[in-house]
Amino acid sequence: MRFRLTLAAASILFFTRDCLASQSTLDPQGPQAEHLARLFWIFTGVCTFVWVAVMIVLLAALIRRKAERPDPLQLEPATERRSAAVVGGAVVATLLTVVALTALSYLSQRQLFAREKPAVTIKVTGLQWWWDVRYETDSPDQTVTTANEIYVPVGEPVTVKLAANDVIHSFWVPSLFGKQDLIPGQENEIQFKASRPGVYRGQCAEFCGWQHAHMGLLVVALPSPLFQQWMKLQSAPAAPPQDPIRKKGAEIFESKACIMCHTVRGTSAGSRVGPDLTHFGSRQSIASATLPMSRGNIAAWVVDPQGIKPGVNMPNVSIAPEELDPLVSYLAGLQ
Amino acid sequence: MKRELTIALLFVLLLAGCEREDRPLRSDPVLNENREAIALATNSPGPTGPVEYKSGTRGEYEKVAFHVSQGKKLFTWYNCSGCHANGGGGSGPALMDDVWIYGSAIENIAASIREGRPNGMPSFRGKVPEDQIWQIAAYVRALGGFVSSDVASSRHDQIYAHEGEARLPSPSPRTSNQPGLAQPK
Amino acid sequence: MTVSDATARDDLRDTHLGDAELHARLTRTWRTGSGWIERLSSVDHKVVGRRYIITAFVFLCLGGLSAVAMRLQLARPEAKLLGPDLYNQLFTMHGTTMMFLFAVPVMEAFAVYLVPLMLGTRNIAFPRLNAFSYWVYLFGGIFLWASFMLKIGPDAGWFAYVPLSGPDYSPGKRVDVWAQMITFTEVSALAVAIEIIVTVFKQRAPGMTLDRIPLFVWSMLVMSFLIIFAMPAVMVASTMLILDRLVGTHFFNPAEGGDSLLWQHLFWFFGHPEVYIIFIPATGMVSSIIVAFARRPMFGQLPLVLSLIAVGFLSFGLWVHHMFTTGLPQLGASFFTASSMLIAVPNGIQIFCWLATLWDGRPVFKTPLLFVLGFFFIFVIGGLSGVMVASVPLDAQVHDTYFVVAHFHYVLIGGAVFPLIGAVYFWFPKITGRMMSERLGKWNFWLAFVGFNVAFFPMHILGVQGMPRRVYTYLPEMGWGPLNLLSSAGALILFISFVLLLINVITSLSRGRLAGDNPWDAGTLEWATTSPPAPYNFSRIPFVTHREPLWDNRERLPVVTGLSVDSREVVSGTLTEAYPELRESSPEPSIWPLLAAIAVAGTFLGSIFTPWAVVWGSIPVAITLTGWFWPKGTPEDEK
Repeated sequence: MRFRLTLAAASILFFTRDCLASQSTLDPQGPQAEHLARLFWIFTGVCTFVWVAVMIVLLAALIRRKAERPDPLQLEPATERRSAAVVGGAVVATLLTVVALTALSYLSQRQLFAREKPAVTIKVTGLQWWWDVRYETDSPDQTVTTANEIYVPVGEPVTVKLAANDVIHSFWVPSLFGKQDLIPGQENEIQFKASRPGVYRGQCAEFCGWQHAHMGLLVVALPSPLFQQWMKLQSAPAAPPQDPIRKKGAEIFESKACIMCHTVRGTSAGSRVGPDLTHFGSRQSIASATLPMSRGNIAAWVVDPQGIKPGVNMPNVSIAPEELDPLVSYLAGLQ
Repeated sequence: MKRELTIALLFVLLLAGCEREDRPLRSDPVLNENREAIALATNSPGPTGPVEYKSGTRGEYEKVAFHVSQGKKLFTWYNCSGCHANGGGGSGPALMDDVWIYGSAIENIAASIREGRPNGMPSFRGKVPEDQIWQIAAYVRALGGFVSSDVASSRHDQIYAHEGEARLPSPSPRTSNQPGLAQPK
Repeated sequence: MTVSDATARDDLRDTHLGDAELHARLTRTWRTGSGWIERLSSVDHKVVGRRYIITAFVFLCLGGLSAVAMRLQLARPEAKLLGPDLYNQLFTMHGTTMMFLFAVPVMEAFAVYLVPLMLGTRNIAFPRLNAFSYWVYLFGGIFLWASFMLKIGPDAGWFAYVPLSGPDYSPGKRVDVWAQMITFTEVSALAVAIEIIVTVFKQRAPGMTLDRIPLFVWSMLVMSFLIIFAMPAVMVASTMLILDRLVGTHFFNPAEGGDSLLWQHLFWFFGHPEVYIIFIPATGMVSSIIVAFARRPMFGQLPLVLSLIAVGFLSFGLWVHHMFTTGLPQLGASFFTASSMLIAVPNGIQIFCWLATLWDGRPVFKTPLLFVLGFFFIFVIGGLSGVMVASVPLDAQVHDTYFVVAHFHYVLIGGAVFPLIGAVYFWFPKITGRMMSERLGKWNFWLAFVGFNVAFFPMHILGVQGMPRRVYTYLPEMGWGPLNLLSSAGALILFISFVLLLINVITSLSRGRLAGDNPWDAGTLEWATTSPPAPYNFSRIPFVTHREPLWDNRERLPVVTGLSVDSREVVSGTLTEAYPELRESSPEPSIWPLLAAIAVAGTFLGSIFTPWAVVWGSIPVAITLTGWFWPKGTPEDEK
């Protein structure tokens, strides 16, 4: 069953993702983002038209031939009156445009921020410089805790509750919706829908310190049945390693600094300081959507996090060469 | 005009050479292994105390606000509060008072963290990287009131558990007179 | 400077003196000496104004160099030129320097230099306060940049949101330096604002009724009111931040009843009027240049003045548009969309009136006008992208992305820096007596125009493609590399254009063509003085009959007489009619403003280390202020 899920997910992702997935406002993948993209083009169109009109008038003003005027104070009353009428008309036109745009904006706002009953509620906590993700479910023993990646069912409203543990962050997945800040001491909420299966990248959009640039996240949209399967798999603890290399890797993981910060449910590692690694190997990316998931990248990240993300809270820990391969195998196998 | 500009430029370059604060983001784990030799017992035969080797190079950790601040975060993250509360102590001894069972110098505190102590202090060698041990030790020094007020933080961004470290009272002179204990800096 | 005998007020007046003797006596009374101490004691608004301009442009260079470093880092994905710590310090220094140390002070500088000349008076009101404000500004700027050199430069952004800038997440002195630098620049700005308002209200030349005040002066007046009402908000905010960081208060600590959003409200209540503090004087510069180069008076003087005032008022009602994504109630936020879009109307009125003036005039295509044309092109784009970000839902996508970076650079550089450079070319002949090179000027303009658009237009696209702000690097897979490279190339071209400006200024100082009094044949009063103006500005105070006095009185400018030539005096008049009421004595040069500024700077500097510095520092401040205000026995006092 796990195999089928993985195969299905992999095939979806193969067809829809573009390396590390789209992060563009103009590539909308959900109804809210589509609405916003339309709004963007309407505003751009109106503003471009206004600008072109002003430039044409300016150009005409500069190149038209006028009579010589030896005394600069000598003015024609007729010209002044005509200018007054034109300027007055332009002011009225500006006012009407502004009122129209305000109305359009307000109506869009009401539509976009309206809430419906969500299919999934997720609590995302922003920390320096990663995202803690918890799925709120009906019974506590089915809570899913993961990090940096949000899986959502396609076509259904998803509510994300936003909290912050340290400084202000901002949750932004441009292909799905606008951004909302994560503010310590306050709980914000955002609701969106993904129209198609795929992987959509987001990024923290409020300056939060050294690694703000690398605080990305992925939203993976799966068809509803696959999403339910994923939830079930994620809520299970890590399966004990079967082969000797992974067993050695587990020992290394539990004897080094790793357990000071990370949780792998089902083992003695239970610290909540860093991201939950229980199903780390099944993720699409490492280090907040900074590196694509692969053995080499796991090794690179584990050996030298400060080289990839200088200033990040994961310290450089000395790992002997013979320890690296088992450790990477263990982590990659945490499916 | 030209002379004034040259003087100004030289002054600027001179200034750029000074550095009030250094924030190293990575330390090489292998080279950073501890080379201090702190005595674990405070008594030894003869009039003088036990021989210790302290490089004295770790004093910078408690002079740089960045290290003290990181130490504060690590204190919470690694659950030192589990036994030491917010410095007031619980199942572990208080860190904000004047009693230092194993010495209050930063090398002693770091040794306590690294090696562990009898009756419950775990050894964190291999679990907490070396430079983080020094950062936590610097923070514990701040809790003890040893760190100057322009380096220690003035309040926490959390619920008020105690005064910010910059406002904690300075250590009492009594501690420094006890023989055999490390001298507070 | 000797004061005449106290027995009778029989000091010599300018009424019956011949021109040569008048010039000699007035020069002796009003000049600044050439020794060190005399130069440091000068209270001549022109000397202080020149210092302000030069210092502001030095900070422009420093801020520009930071920007070049940033663009070099961002030119390629995952570049290793600058690490995150240095990059964060650089973008903070760039923003802070440009906003606090360049943009506002340079507008103040032009006001300090030109407003007394345009109003036909001999010196600005409160000249010692003027000198003090310059020294405080200089010390604040040196404080900030010295800290950067010492590796304790601020790194939390130019608006330093808490909790990132709070004690836990910005350890050390970095943000304290930033917060205290704000205090320096605020004190300086408030001082200048007060002087401008009093000068404009009370020291206008007789006959200069409200409708004859030049638009430049109106814009500086509105700017000054904005400073007075907006600066206290940031003063409160930065003081609260210093208290939180130094003393342990909980203003911004949510766990103890404070609020992170309080900072944002306080800062942006100042921050939005701040950008109008920068923009409105630039509109005054545009008005002056258009009138001179279109060869006709401004069309719609009254609507323009009313628009300036309207923009000033409205700018206080926009601040929440910086906070649309913080989770505020939707209805409240949409009110700010309405007001943010509404401010386009008075701004539009200004643009339409300028266009109408150009339409009816015969433009002379010299460098100042070229920069004004560049202003039109660029600022209108910026204003319209502003209308876009004013919309709450649209802002949800583009807030904190490079789209906003593009927007504010278009309005700030297009709306303020281009008019400013035009103003430099326009008033350089007046300030120095020499013309700047037209050829270099045209090169300057075209490089600046092309460089700016190549640097900043791609940022609109980058922002919409998902690139957030304040990132020290980005992943290669995002596809943002080519546009970033293009933008960096444009930034280099823009930088070169500023180098050209510098070269033009330096070479013109010694080799420029001699300017004469009124090289542009403009109409306002500053062109009636010599180039550079004599220390006393006007040998006799002009009498104003028209909005463009020099165009109305081409042969001879009418004057009023009766001011003393042996002591410093200015005319003080009524508010609306400028009917002369008093001969006001103007202070002599004094070293006390410099000493007071040193005492104040020392207090502020010490206060980031310990609160006791405020207590101990108040002693030298009190001493220097006592020296400053010690009665000097002017003829006025004695009579």
